[in-house]
Amino acid sequence: MRHPEDTQPPTPDQLALLADRATFIRSETVRLAAIAGAGHYTSVFSIAEILATLYYGQLRLTPDEPRDPDRDRVILSKGHAAIGLYPVLADLGYFEPSALDDYTRLGSPFGDHPDMKKVPGIDFSSGSLGHGLSIGVGMALGGRLGGRDYRTWVLLGDAELNEGQVWEAAMSAAHFGLGNLVAVVDNNQLGIDGMTRDTMAVEPLRERFESFGWEVQRVDGHDVGALLAAYAALPDTAHRVPQVIVADTVKGRGVRAMEYSPDWHVGNLVGEDYDDVMAEIAAGLRPLEARA
Amino acid sequence: MSEDTTTLPEGAAPDAAAAAAEAAQEQSDIFNGTGRTGLRNARSSDGNDTRAIPAFVFGEELADLADVDPRVVVLTADLARANRAVDFAERHPDRFFNVGIAEKNMITVAAGLASCGYVPFAATFASFAALLGCEQIRTDCAYPKMPVRVVGHHSGVSMGFYGTSHHSPEDLGIMRTIADLTVVCATDANHLRALLRASLDHPGAMYLRLGRGRDRDVYDEVPDLTIGKAITVRPGDDLTIIATGTEVEPSLRAAEALAESGHSVGVIDMFTVSPLDTEAVLSAAARTGAVLTVEEANVTNGLGTAVAECLFQSGTGQPVRFRKVGIPDAYVPVGPPAALYAHYGLDAAGITKTAKEMLV
Repeated sequence: MRHPEDTQPPTPDQLALLADRATFIRSETVRLAAIAGAGHYTSVFSIAEILATLYYGQLRLTPDEPRDPDRDRVILSKGHAAIGLYPVLADLGYFEPSALDDYTRLGSPFGDHPDMKKVPGIDFSSGSLGHGLSIGVGMALGGRLGGRDYRTWVLLGDAELNEGQVWEAAMSAAHFGLGNLVAVVDNNQLGIDGMTRDTMAVEPLRERFESFGWEVQRVDGHDVGALLAAYAALPDTAHRVPQVIVADTVKGRGVRAMEYSPDWHVGNLVGEDYDDVMAEIAAGLRPLEARA
Repeated sequence: MSEDTTTLPEGAAPDAAAAAAEAAQEQSDIFNGTGRTGLRNARSSDGNDTRAIPAFVFGEELADLADVDPRVVVLTADLARANRAVDFAERHPDRFFNVGIAEKNMITVAAGLASCGYVPFAATFASFAALLGCEQIRTDCAYPKMPVRVVGHHSGVSMGFYGTSHHSPEDLGIMRTIADLTVVCATDANHLRALLRASLDHPGAMYLRLGRGRDRDVYDEVPDLTIGKAITVRPGDDLTIIATGTEVEPSLRAAEALAESGHSVGVIDMFTVSPLDTEAVLSAAARTGAVLTVEEANVTNGLGTAVAECLFQSGTGQPVRFRKVGIPDAYVPVGPPAALYAHYGLDAAGITKTAKEMLV
C-alpha cells in the first residue's frame, strides 16, 4: 500500500497491487449481490479503480479510529455503489469481513445504500442522488473552520449531475473557496434508462465545472497510474479553488457482457453465469472492445 | 380585532418616541391591512426597520450563544435581513454562511457541518425550509441524527398577501411524520431564546418553527423549559386550549375573555409538536373533559391531529369534547395576516367563539 504522503511515482508493484484490489472489489460485489439476490454490478465496476486508488493509495485513513477528526472524508454520493465499498472497508480493518456474510439480511448494518450510523468508515449516509456534494461542502467548511487540513472527497456519478442541487453545491464550493474539496466524477456515461447523453446530457463537463469556478482534471478512470497522478497533482488544501477529477470510465467495465449495457444496472448472477463472471473478473481487465 | 393598531394624531409633530411608534405602525399596517395613501406627516419605512419585529431575536441570541459555544454556526439562503441572522453575522462573520437562494444546498451543507461536530442553525422561510427542503431534512439531517436546527420562519399564513408560495400551513404535518426529528414552535421572543438555548445539546435534528417576528409577549422572561414538556400558561377547569407557536397568545386572550363570563379555561403551550407531550394532553382531558387545539397550520395532520390521535388511543374510555381550529385543507385567499387570522377564527375573538360553543 502506498503511504498518503508518498511523493515518489508509484512502483510497478504498487500499481499491480491497486489493480489487484480493483479485481477484489469487482469479485466481492458479485459475491455479495448473490447473497442479497440483487446488486448494482455495473455502477461498482466503473469505479473499481477509483475506489482502489483512493483507499489503497491516497486517503488519510484511520480504521482504528473511524471518527478521527483529522481523517480524510469520503462521501459516496452515488450511494448505490456501496456494495463495492463495504469489502474495501472490511479489508482495511474497519470491521470483520465476516460481518458481510449476512449482507442486506434483516437487521444487517449493510444495506444497498450506506448508513454512517451503522457502518464504520462511512463518513456520511447516501442514496438520494444529488446530495453528496453539498455534504462535502459542509465538511470542507468544517475542516477550514476547525483549522484541520483534511481533504473531503465526493464520488459522483455522471447522471447524478442532472440533479440541480449538485450545481447549487458546486456554486457554493467555489464561492467559499474550498480547495480542500475534491469531486471525482465517475463518467460512466450510463444511467438506468440508457446513455446519459440521450437521457439528459451532462457534457461538456470540463467547461461546465470550469465555468462554475472549479479546476478540472480529466483522466482515464480505469488507469490506476493516471488516477494516482491526478491525485498527486492536487494543490495544497489551503488552495482556494475546488478541484474536480472527471474520470472517464465504462459502466460495467471488466465484464464484457456488462460493458456499456443498461441491462445490468441491477441484476442477479447465479449458476454458471456467476462462475463465468467470477473467472472473467479474476483474469483482470482486458482491452475494451468497441461499443456496438 | 385591531389590537395591533395604534392611532397616531395626524398633523402632530412627532417626538422621538412617537416617531418610533409611527415607524412601527408603518410595519403593522402591512400586518393589519390598515395602510392608507396620502399620510403627509407619516414616515416611510424601509427594509432595515426592525422595530416591528421584536420577536426576531434569533441572530442576537445565537451570537450570544456562539460567544461561549464554538459549535454554533448559522446558515441562511439570502434572508439574513428578514430573519435577523445579520445580527449573528456581524459578530461571528467566520461562522456565518449565506448560501444564496439555494435552500436544499443550505440544509445539506448544514448536515455536513454537523457531521464535523458543529451545531448549525439553517434558517429560511418555513415554506422553503420544510417543503422545498423536506427530503434534505429527512435524509440528511433526521435519518443520520445530525444536530441540524432547521429554522422555518414566517411560518403558517403569516406572510399574508404574499400568497400560497410563501405560506407553510403544511409544515407541521410534514415535519411531525419524520422520525427522529424534534419539532418545536417558538411562542414569543423570550420563548425563542429558551428554545435556542435548549436546542444546543438536544440530540438529533430539530425543526424550529417561527412566526413573523411580531409575536406579542406571552413570557415576561426567558422561560425554563424542557423540550418535549408542555407549559401550562394558564390553569382552567372547564376547557383546555392546547395551542402552539403564534396561537398561544390569542388563546390566552380568549381564556381571559371567557373568564369574564365565568368560564375557567386553561391554556397549554404545546411548543413541542413532536414528540408530543401525551401526559399533558391526557391530564388536561381528565381535568376538563374538553380540549380545543389551536394552530396556525393545516388542520390535516397538524397539532390538532396529534392531540386527537393521543386522545383516541389513550384507552381511558373517558368522553372528551374535542375541536380543532386551524387553517382548513384549502388554499388561503389574499389578505393581510390579521385579516386571515380573523377569517379562520385564529384570533382571540375567533378562539373565544369556538370555545364558547364547546362550553355550552
